[in-house]
Amino acid sequence: MKSRHKKLLAIGLAVAGLGIVAALVLNAFQSNLVFFFSPSQVAAGEAPTGRAFRIGGLVEPGSLKREDDGLTVHFVVTDTAKTIPVTYKGILPDLFKEGKGTVAEGTLGPDGVFTATQVLAKHDENYMPPEAAHALEQAQKAQATVVPE
Amino acid sequence: MIPELGHFALIVALLLALAQGILPIVGAQRGNAAFMAVARPAAQGQFVFVLFAFGCLAYSFLTHDFSVENVARNSYSQLPAIYRFTATWGSHEGSLLLWALILAVWTTAVTVFSRHLPEDMAARVIGVMGLISSGFLAFLLATSNPFLRLVPAAAEGNDMNPLLQDPGMVLHPPMLYMGYVGFSVAFAFAIAALLSGRLDAAWARWSRPWTTVAWTFLTIGIALGSWWAYYELGWGGWWFWDPTENASFMPWLAGTALIHSLAVTEKRGAFKSWTVLLAIAAFSLSLLGTFLVRSGVLSSVHAFATDPARGVFILGFLGVVIGGSLLLYAWRAPQLAAGGGFGWFSRESLLLANNAFLIAALGAVLLGTLYPLFMDALNLGKISVGPPYFNAVFIPLITPALFLAGVGPLVRWKQASLPELAIRLKWAFAVALVSAALLPLTLDGMNFMASLGLFLALWIVFTVATGFIDRLKHGAGSLAARLKALPRAFWGMQLAHFGLALAVTGATVVSNYESERDVRMNIGDHVELAGYTFTFQGATPVPGPNYQAMRGRVEVSRDGKRLDVLQPEKRVYHASGMPMTEAAIDYGLWRDIYVSLGEPLAGGAWSVRVYHKPFVGWLWLGALFLALGGGLAASDRRYRIAFKKETQQAGLAEAAQGQRA
Amino acid sequence: MKRFIPFIVFVVLAVFFYVGLSLNPREVPSPFIGKPAPAFSLPVVGEPGRSFGPEQMRGKVWLLNVWAPWCVACRQEHGFLMQLARSGAVPIVGLNWKDKDREAEVLLAQVGNPYFVVADDLDGRVGIDYGVTGTPETYVIDREGIVRLKHISPITPEVWKAKFEPLLKELGV
Repeated sequence: MKSRHKKLLAIGLAVAGLGIVAALVLNAFQSNLVFFFSPSQVAAGEAPTGRAFRIGGLVEPGSLKREDDGLTVHFVVTDTAKTIPVTYKGILPDLFKEGKGTVAEGTLGPDGVFTATQVLAKHDENYMPPEAAHALEQAQKAQATVVPE
Repeated sequence: MIPELGHFALIVALLLALAQGILPIVGAQRGNAAFMAVARPAAQGQFVFVLFAFGCLAYSFLTHDFSVENVARNSYSQLPAIYRFTATWGSHEGSLLLWALILAVWTTAVTVFSRHLPEDMAARVIGVMGLISSGFLAFLLATSNPFLRLVPAAAEGNDMNPLLQDPGMVLHPPMLYMGYVGFSVAFAFAIAALLSGRLDAAWARWSRPWTTVAWTFLTIGIALGSWWAYYELGWGGWWFWDPTENASFMPWLAGTALIHSLAVTEKRGAFKSWTVLLAIAAFSLSLLGTFLVRSGVLSSVHAFATDPARGVFILGFLGVVIGGSLLLYAWRAPQLAAGGGFGWFSRESLLLANNAFLIAALGAVLLGTLYPLFMDALNLGKISVGPPYFNAVFIPLITPALFLAGVGPLVRWKQASLPELAIRLKWAFAVALVSAALLPLTLDGMNFMASLGLFLALWIVFTVATGFIDRLKHGAGSLAARLKALPRAFWGMQLAHFGLALAVTGATVVSNYESERDVRMNIGDHVELAGYTFTFQGATPVPGPNYQAMRGRVEVSRDGKRLDVLQPEKRVYHASGMPMTEAAIDYGLWRDIYVSLGEPLAGGAWSVRVYHKPFVGWLWLGALFLALGGGLAASDRRYRIAFKKETQQAGLAEAAQGQRA
Repeated sequence: MKRFIPFIVFVVLAVFFYVGLSLNPREVPSPFIGKPAPAFSLPVVGEPGRSFGPEQMRGKVWLLNVWAPWCVACRQEHGFLMQLARSGAVPIVGLNWKDKDREAEVLLAQVGNPYFVVADDLDGRVGIDYGVTGTPETYVIDREGIVRLKHISPITPEVWKAKFEPLLKELGV
């Protein structure tokens, strides 16, 4: 009897625990997953408005502009097919450079400008974040099918 | 010549590891003493050769041998000597060699401190560790040879990643690996016990000190990594929930659960099967961490360092080690005798609940870490799982575990009375609750998360104090004498729990009350933050050994009184051209002041980031107490006496002493 | 049965890891395979005034090798490229990628030059057109100027045998 009680207790605890964990995880996933879109996908209207997501690609050379406050920056992210204008207020990471890969997290405004809350470019000098590389590859695939030659 | 010698030493080490892995285990199954006797010399020999290989690689780094590819990729002629040495394990190949070396160190320690074990048990433990060594050495030789030559030799190296050129990174990897690899001892004991079918209290007592020591190193390693991220990455974060961090945190959670469940198995003979599973899990998660970080499955960024062949090899190795041991477990576990019974409210049941919460938290972290991979594998899109997910899941799961950490030590084994305990702790509970609710009110109003964290911290502190009072009430002699008479295991547990309270306080306060400003500052500009005034005095160029820096001067003052002049730097490393932010911090017990430079703007102005981080140091102070507690617990007299008793055919006096303890 | 649960959980994880390994983005085929090589016109390293573009190679099968003097992995394949150049099997065009320190000419004089011609992609714009994510990368371009193969990471004799030789044979080299 004694050991049966113990077993029941253990099973009860395990089931209750699993239930709680599952509920927490599902709930957290629902509200906290950040999806990734390439500039082409954003241009095609696949990205959500009003919900944060990530974009990735290259910082278009010559597009980086700084406002007078020294902190608000504007730049353009491109996957070589489409571009998205981005604004960000804050200090850019060390490895952020024009012509280099970057990933930005933020929301898309109705005017088509992406307001970033976070800009990432923390990787090695010569390689780009995998998400940025992915965006470029996708765009090239798309372009390659469009060019009639 | 030297690199070739190192390569050769690795091959010899692999052969010795194979001998160490196969012969003793076969010998133990067949009762062949000659085969079992191979274990110790083979293990010690393997250690000597791995150490020699490591020495060769370090020598190549120290002497700038750019004809070795690994050196050319990760060093630079102007790199300071200390970083040339740490660059030895800065690369993929080097870090695996360090892994193998540390495994050999642990194995050798087992050969020295296992004389009191039955011969077949020792042979099996050393044998299992030999098999793990063989896997790692084979991996090194087959896919990640650190001694590969470059023809023609490079004239100059590519330099070490500037982020790693830092004192914090000197100690972090060795400490972390000491922890990761240390769990292999508990793992080897578990497998040896499953193989022999002898899984008893003695097994738990042998495993305990090893597990505690490994856990202590892992704690230090994680804390160093977090501290490094805090001051080196330039934006003052101390925990990011990124896959690399999670890879070290998951074994820590499993190890914490294991330490507690081993205690039950040793004292009460219960949870045997669960404890064995945890021992397997802790080491499996260490291997998994190595796999995740080294194979590039989670972040295929480091280009050619992530060679798929390596990933397949590690995965195969993982399959053999983890899959094999779980099958062995499934086969043998039913033969484990059930331990002593216990009531629904007892120290056993609380430790079981605590284990359940720790493992649930571990599961949630594991899922969050691997979820992007699952989504990608099923072609459901690219996603990232960030800190919001982890905070939302981890905090609710760890909260009850922290609450129980306070109660557990005060509850009797086997059967305790809840009403009696409630009466004993009602004041501790009430005072913790009220002060936790009121403290945030005095700062900036209601803050549930801050109150929750403070409550848990205070609760643990009060219960730790209650534990001491209970122990000191009885007994003879002065207070100091009575304190001294307390066993180290007790001190260890209490200090570790106290450290937990410190760390929880630090995390709570800094997350809820830190403040930050990004500003453009001209020379002479002021900015106010949390009562401090920061004055920018300009930036000047300063040359470094292998970089060029712009060093800013920021004066920090409070109420017109100058406190400190902080000198954050922006460096550009010559070889890689990589820019780097070097933050400047004014450390304090109650707060850190943190300044880092952003970018140069027109007219000598800079964008500057300033932080006020209250209590942030308590995080690492807490980790220090955790580690101190682990060290004390592992050095408890009980283990040493058991050790003496069993080694020296001891005299009666010592045996009597052992019984009394 | 329940004692097999840990094992089963692990097997499921392992399957995902295996799939994850094969997801390596570096294995994704280049979208240019079977498409014309993007045109460009770049100055030639060491020959001021001369410029190079892919159209000059029409009628030949050739390799475009993206490299840089600062890249150690490129140094690794250098010996093999030298051998290849000596054998004269196929002309190798170098694309000197983002050589900010202008070291290519000096370096090639020091260690030997396997290239038929080296085009100078200082700002990396041509690299972007070709989808270069790192160095070294090598493209095989056929007589009609169509990209037939893209290889990422250093060329080793094994890779050459397995990936390049069959294709070159097919192209009649």
